[in-house]
Amino acid sequence: MQVNENKEFEPLIVAFCCNWCSYAGADLSGTNRLNYPTNVKIIRVPCSCRVNPMFILRAFQRGADGVILCGCHPGDCHYTSGNYFTRRRMTLLFSMLDFLGIERDRTRVEWVSAAEGAKFAATMNEFTESVKKLGPNRRLEDLRCRKQ
Amino acid sequence: MQEAMINKAKQLLADGTVNRVIGWKRGEFAYDITPAVFESAEELDSEFVYDDFTSANVSKYLVKECKKEGRILAFLKPCDTYSFNQLIKEHRVVRENVYIVGIPGGPKLDAEKIKAKGITGILGVKNENYTLKIDTVYGEETMPFYEAILDKCASCKSKKHVVYDELIGEDGDVLDSNRFDMVEKLENMSAQERYDFWREQLSKCIRCNACRNVCPACTCEKCVFDNPNSGVENKAPADSFEENMFHIIRAFHVAGRCTDCGECSRVCPQNIPLHLLNRKFIKDINSLYGEYQAGEDTTSRAPLNDYNKDDCEASIVHERGVE
Amino acid sequence: MLKISLDKLDKLFEAIAASQTLYIPADREDGAAEYRKYESGMKLSNKLNTLRSAKDFFFPQTENLVDFKMEGKNIDVIDVREESEDFVIFGVRACDARSFTILDKVFLAEPVDSYYKNRRDHSTVVTMACTRPAETCFCGTFGIDASAPEGDAACFSDGENLFFEAHNEKGQKFIDSISSLLEEGNTSKLDDVREKTRDILKKLPLANLSTDNFGGDKLNEYFNSDKWGELSESCLGCGTCTFVCPTCQCYDIKDFNTGHGIKRFRCWDSCMYSDFTKMAHGNPRLTQLERFRQRFMHKLVYFPANNNGEFGCVGCGRCLSKCPISMNIVKVMKALEVK
Repeated sequence: MQVNENKEFEPLIVAFCCNWCSYAGADLSGTNRLNYPTNVKIIRVPCSCRVNPMFILRAFQRGADGVILCGCHPGDCHYTSGNYFTRRRMTLLFSMLDFLGIERDRTRVEWVSAAEGAKFAATMNEFTESVKKLGPNRRLEDLRCRKQ
Repeated sequence: MQEAMINKAKQLLADGTVNRVIGWKRGEFAYDITPAVFESAEELDSEFVYDDFTSANVSKYLVKECKKEGRILAFLKPCDTYSFNQLIKEHRVVRENVYIVGIPGGPKLDAEKIKAKGITGILGVKNENYTLKIDTVYGEETMPFYEAILDKCASCKSKKHVVYDELIGEDGDVLDSNRFDMVEKLENMSAQERYDFWREQLSKCIRCNACRNVCPACTCEKCVFDNPNSGVENKAPADSFEENMFHIIRAFHVAGRCTDCGECSRVCPQNIPLHLLNRKFIKDINSLYGEYQAGEDTTSRAPLNDYNKDDCEASIVHERGVE
Repeated sequence: MLKISLDKLDKLFEAIAASQTLYIPADREDGAAEYRKYESGMKLSNKLNTLRSAKDFFFPQTENLVDFKMEGKNIDVIDVREESEDFVIFGVRACDARSFTILDKVFLAEPVDSYYKNRRDHSTVVTMACTRPAETCFCGTFGIDASAPEGDAACFSDGENLFFEAHNEKGQKFIDSISSLLEEGNTSKLDDVREKTRDILKKLPLANLSTDNFGGDKLNEYFNSDKWGELSESCLGCGTCTFVCPTCQCYDIKDFNTGHGIKRFRCWDSCMYSDFTKMAHGNPRLTQLERFRQRFMHKLVYFPANNNGEFGCVGCGRCLSKCPISMNIVKVMKALEVK
C-alpha cells in the first residue's frame, strides 16, 4: 500500500506473468506506448502453472493489495496444458479466499497472449482501479510487514 | 465386535497370514484409547479394545508399518478405508503388506462432548439402548448417545468399505449426508461475516500441527512449514496472517485428496472446525468439476491433476454466492 | 476468614479491574474456558480449568524480543520492551499456580530472563481451590493440594461465599485493596466442602500414581528402557501436549524479515517437532522415539536432577484430555516404572 501526492490510496498490484504470452504481452504494450499504472509490479514466471498458492498469499503478506495472474490463453500454453491446471488451482484458491471473507476483487486470473498488448494494458488499468476502490488490503496482510 | 476382532486377529497371527496387528489399546479411563501394534495373542487379550471411543483413523500409521518386515493386519472402519485407498493411489503404502479386515464403523463418541455437559470425574461409560450411563466419582450421570457423538460421525458420508481383504459383519452403503450444510451456511453469509467467523476460529490456533500430523493425506517427508529454508516456516502465530496462511495451504495441499475423514477437527485441541476448509474444497470440486470422492477408487485422476478444456474460468468465484 | 458473597462477584471484579488489569477464566463460545481480560458483565467460568494453561501470562507463545533496522552498512538495534503494567490473574488452579514456581526455576535462575521477570514482578496471582476435580487430575502425585492452592493469595468457595487468604505481601496488598467489599465470615461450611474435595481427590483414578521411582538418579535406567519404542510408536509428533502444558518451557528464537527490517521473535517450541534444537550439523534427535523420550525424561528425570528433586509436571491433566492419540505422561510413567 502506498499513498500518492494527493494523499490518495495507491494500491500495490502484483502481476504474475508467464514468460511466453503475458510477459511478452506486457512488453508489447510497452513498445506500443500504451499506459498501464506503475502500481503494477510484474513477476515473470516460466508458466502460469508455476504459481503455487503460496506465491499469491506471500504477495499479500508482503504488502500487495491485489494479485493478478496472467498466462497464455487456454489451449495456447507453451507447455501444452500448464494453464489448464492453473485454472483449476486458482479457481479453488480464490474460492477459498472468498470463503474466508477476503474481498474477492483482490484476485484475478486473465489470459493475455503475446499479441495482446492492448488487452494487457486495459486489464491492468481496470484491475488497479477496482482494487483502488476496495482500499488497502487489511484482511490478508501481515502487520509486521506494513511500512510505518 | 471386539471379541470377533480379537479372534480374527489371533487366527491370522496363528496361521502366519500376518505377523502383527494394528488396532487400539485400552487406556486409563473409558475414553483415552491409543492406536497400537500388537504382536501376540496375549497382548491382544489383555489390551486390544474396540468400542465407542476407538475413533482414531489408523491408516496413516500404515505408511510406515507397511515398510517393515512381514504383513500387518489392519482393522479399518469404512471411513478409514477411504484414507487407505487414497494412500494406495498415491503409492504411499504397499497394498500387499497390509491385510485389511473391514469392520463396521461408528458413530463413535467424543469424550469432550460428554465433558461439555459438565460431566466430570468419568470412571466408566456404558451405552444402554443409546443412552449413555456414565459412572463418575460424583455419582451416575446419563446423556443421550447421539448428543455425544463425534462431529465427523454426525455427518458420516459412507458405511461402505472401499478396500478390504475380508469383512467382519455386513458392508454398508454410501450415505446421503448433510456434510455440506455448514459450508453452505457460511457461503450465504456476507464476506464480513465470513471473515469474522474465520478470524474468531483461526485466532484460536496454537500451531500444534496436530491437524496436519494426524491427516492421512499429509504424508510429505518434510512439510514446507517445518523447513527453515522455505521462507514460510512459522513456528508460532505471531501474526494473524500466519494462521490464515497455514490453514489455507494445509487445506489446499490436500484438496482433491482429502477423503473427509474428519480427523483434523477431531484432534484440534482448540476445537477449530478445520474440516470446513476441506469440505469447502470438496464442495467446489464437486460442483465445478463433477462429483469426486477421494479414496473411492485407485485409478481415476485427482481433480487437481486433471482438467477439461471447457472448465469454468476463475472468475466464476465473482459470479456466484454472496459478496 | 474474609469473604464475599458469590453473587457479589461482579462487584469484586469491577473493583479489581478499576485499578489494574484483571484476567479471569471465562467461557468461550465453544464452551471451553480461557483467560480473558475482564470487561463489565463477564462471567467467571465454572469449568475446572482453562483449555490453555496460565503460563501464557509470563511466557507467551510468541514475543517480540528485539527489532533490527538496516540502513546501508548501519544496523540499529531497537529495544521493543515495555514495562509491563500491574495485573491480576484470578482463579488460577493449584496445578497452574505450582507451574509458575517451576517456570521461575528456569527463567529466574541466572542469567535472569528479564522479559519473564518483568511480567512476573507485575503480576498478582489469585488462586482458587478446586471443588470438582476431574478424572484426569493427578496434582496430588506432585504434592499439590487442589483444595489449598498456592499463589500470592488464594480463594475458596463454599458454594455461597468466596473466602480469601493471603500468602505473601503481594497477596495481602491485593486483599487490602478489596477489603471494603469483604466481611468476616464463618468457615464451617467451607471446611466441609474442602473435606469433601479431599475425599474426592483420594477417589480419583490416578490418586495412587507416585513419583517415588522417578527422579534425577534414574537417568540410565529409564533412558535405556526398551519401553520407549512401544510408547512412542503412536505419537504423531504434534505439539499439542507441549503447548497445553503449563510447565513446558522450551522456546525457539526466530528472525522474521519484514522487508524493511528484522523482527526477532521468541516462540514456544516443542521437543516433539523434527526441527527442535536443530543445529548446523542437523538434528540431534533423529526419530520420534528420541523426541518423545526427551519430553518425558525432561519432566521426570532431567528436571528433578537439576532442581532439587522437583518434577517438571504438575498433574493438571491437560495433555491427558488433549493428546490426539491419548498417549500421555501417566501412561509413560506406568509403563516405564521400575520398582
